[in-house]
Amino acid sequence: MHLAYPVVLAALLFSVGVYGVLARRNAILVLMSVELMLNAVNLNLVAFDAWLRDSLHAGQALTLFTITIAAAEIGLGLAIVLLLFRARGTADIDRATALGDPAELLAEEPPAGAEALKGQAAA
Amino acid sequence: MNLALPALVPALLALGAAATLAAGKKAPGLARPLAIVPVAVSAVLALVVALQLGTGQALDAATRLTPTGGPDIALAIHLDGFSSLISVLVGLVATCVQVYSTAYLKEDPRYPSYAALVSLFTAAMFLVVYSGDLIVLLVGWEVMGICSYFLIGHHWETADARSASLKAFLVTKLGDVPFLFGIFLLGADARSFRIPDVLAAATDGKLGHPTLIALLLLAGVAGKSAQFPLHTWLPDAMAGPTPVSALIHAATMVAAGIYLVARLLPVFLLSGAALVVLAVMAAVTMIGSALCALAQDDLKRVLAYSTVGQLGYMAGALASGDREASVFHLVSHGAFKALLFLAAGVVIHAAHTNSISAMSRIPGLRKRVPDAYWTMGIALVALVGLPPFAGFFSKEAVLTAAEHAANGEAMTNGLGPASAVPEAAGWIVLISAALTALLTAAYATRLFLLAFHSPAVAAVEAPAADHEADAPYSPELDEADPATAEPPAMRWPLWVLAIPTMGFGVAGLRSDWLPALLDGGSLRPSGVTAVTGTGLAVVGVLLAYGAWRSATARLGAGRPSPAGVGRVPEQAGAPAAEVIAADPGRTLLGPLFGPARHGFGVDRLYSALFVRPVVGAARLVRFLDREVVETYVRGSGAGANLLGRAVRLAQTGNAQTYLSALLACVVLLAVLVAV
Repeated sequence: MHLAYPVVLAALLFSVGVYGVLARRNAILVLMSVELMLNAVNLNLVAFDAWLRDSLHAGQALTLFTITIAAAEIGLGLAIVLLLFRARGTADIDRATALGDPAELLAEEPPAGAEALKGQAAA
Repeated sequence: MNLALPALVPALLALGAAATLAAGKKAPGLARPLAIVPVAVSAVLALVVALQLGTGQALDAATRLTPTGGPDIALAIHLDGFSSLISVLVGLVATCVQVYSTAYLKEDPRYPSYAALVSLFTAAMFLVVYSGDLIVLLVGWEVMGICSYFLIGHHWETADARSASLKAFLVTKLGDVPFLFGIFLLGADARSFRIPDVLAAATDGKLGHPTLIALLLLAGVAGKSAQFPLHTWLPDAMAGPTPVSALIHAATMVAAGIYLVARLLPVFLLSGAALVVLAVMAAVTMIGSALCALAQDDLKRVLAYSTVGQLGYMAGALASGDREASVFHLVSHGAFKALLFLAAGVVIHAAHTNSISAMSRIPGLRKRVPDAYWTMGIALVALVGLPPFAGFFSKEAVLTAAEHAANGEAMTNGLGPASAVPEAAGWIVLISAALTALLTAAYATRLFLLAFHSPAVAAVEAPAADHEADAPYSPELDEADPATAEPPAMRWPLWVLAIPTMGFGVAGLRSDWLPALLDGGSLRPSGVTAVTGTGLAVVGVLLAYGAWRSATARLGAGRPSPAGVGRVPEQAGAPAAEVIAADPGRTLLGPLFGPARHGFGVDRLYSALFVRPVVGAARLVRFLDREVVETYVRGSGAGANLLGRAVRLAQTGNAQTYLSALLACVVLLAVLVAV
């Protein structure tokens, strides 16, 4: 099989993942997009491993590592999303802006209006 | 001779000042003894030093204070007849003033600091008198300046005292800056700051710029000794307590300038131009201040202008090259002017006013203060210069010196050739001194008659104004009880000072008395000047008496003097109280009265010439600083602030925005690296 097929597929998958991470508002969908990006990388690793005929199969080994780490990461991520949802009643990532610089927002506009504006801007 | 003695004189007083200041708040009872004892002991020590030194001797001792790389600065003592005489005078007056102050400032809460400053001031004066090194002398000179500032501003609650003290400080400093440069130049030319070395260099003709040095030094002398054009601080300085006026503004500080010129006279003799400048300065000062004194309404201001005029006499004697006559007049003037001020203090306490016209409305004032009345009379006769009082002999000595200088045979007593003194200087001094003798007699008579001898009937229907409405007036806060106007502590210093006032003049008669202590010349009055001077003084007395009689007679007739005779047009709006006082000064001065009352507008001129430009420049600087320089400073702050705001806008808290920026940057970097 020609190398171009898996590489193009991986690039498409990665692009979809990037779009998801940057544009989705639901935190779970963002996490799923991250998984898409990781798997695109995994696909690349496996494809190049086969194409280079690596006797040690470093690509496959690294893929196993990545899958393990991705499993752990998604566990943590989902736990965080769960806590976020419990605390705020929503998993909307545009509303989780507590780490921003709130002084000016508080001083200039009421918080609700600010959130609404931000939601629009991000969308 | 034990050198510790002369060193102890100022040191003891300085320690006394420190002790008074330290003990003042905690033990108010100690303040009086701590003020009086050191000054009395110092006075006795000064007398002992003078006696041990004897006549015709000079003593120099020095220890190097610090190596400077240039001329060394030495802690030096120079004792001779001049320093002996003046130190005894300073000791006597300072002791009298301290004793007098215990009663005069009895209820003053700030008495300890006052007494400490007076002690420190006296110590500085002793330092100036004894010092044999110009730099050490300058230290004493400046300490006196700052003490004078504090003492004039003793009643700092009043705006008058505050502005007067500032004015005194600034005006004397204006003279001190050229003075400092003069000392530097003198030290550089003579390669030493020691006075004997400087004098030796002057005699050997080693000084490169004698005229420049003399003129620079004269600026400082004019400031300290209140000579025209820097005399304006002295009349205003009367806002201080009266004993301070007696000590500082009559007997000691203002005498320091004269003393310095007397010390350095050989330097001045090298420059005929400087002597002429000094003579003109003295002449303008004498005549102008005598005219002003004739028009003043404030008792202390009359005395202040009189001090300025008498200092002019001393400066005139120096311009004639005769330092003996100058110091002779300095000492006799120190005695009688201190006496006048102290007596004036008693009168002011009794009358509760400084104004002569207000005093003239107080019936029987002279019966309430008999001692002040008599001693003031004695001192005024000495001021007028009638024989046989001290003022007569010393004034005649000045006139004689001027006469000799005018004939081209100046009595320099071996300090330089007689031809060193230009004849013009002698003529200027002689004529102005004769005219001033007349004016002095007139204002002294006016003062005495108005204050003590006005008919009490004059004070019938007029509401007693505090003082004449438009007259310059420097009152001090006065809480004294008029009933006890003359406590013993204020009475005895008057009589102690009255003794030299009456008898000191005789010391100049024989050449082996006072002249032997000084340069060994002659202080005997010559016939022509004695007759002229005394005759002019008598004429002045008679003129003032006649004017006073006629003014009183007009008042006695029951109608105010008609406008045009006794009143100057621009003062026509003044209240009736002004007319009540039968002021001979108005009649005598005529149209000059108004300008003379305000010191011929010199203050106004200075205010227009110097004060207003300086204030304007200060405003400009403030404007430039606040509006221009500070705009840049504020602008940099505001710029950083704006930048910070812009950066804060990026800090939204939205993780996706951050990631987008991150991705964009990565792409950008990748493109850049790839291309």
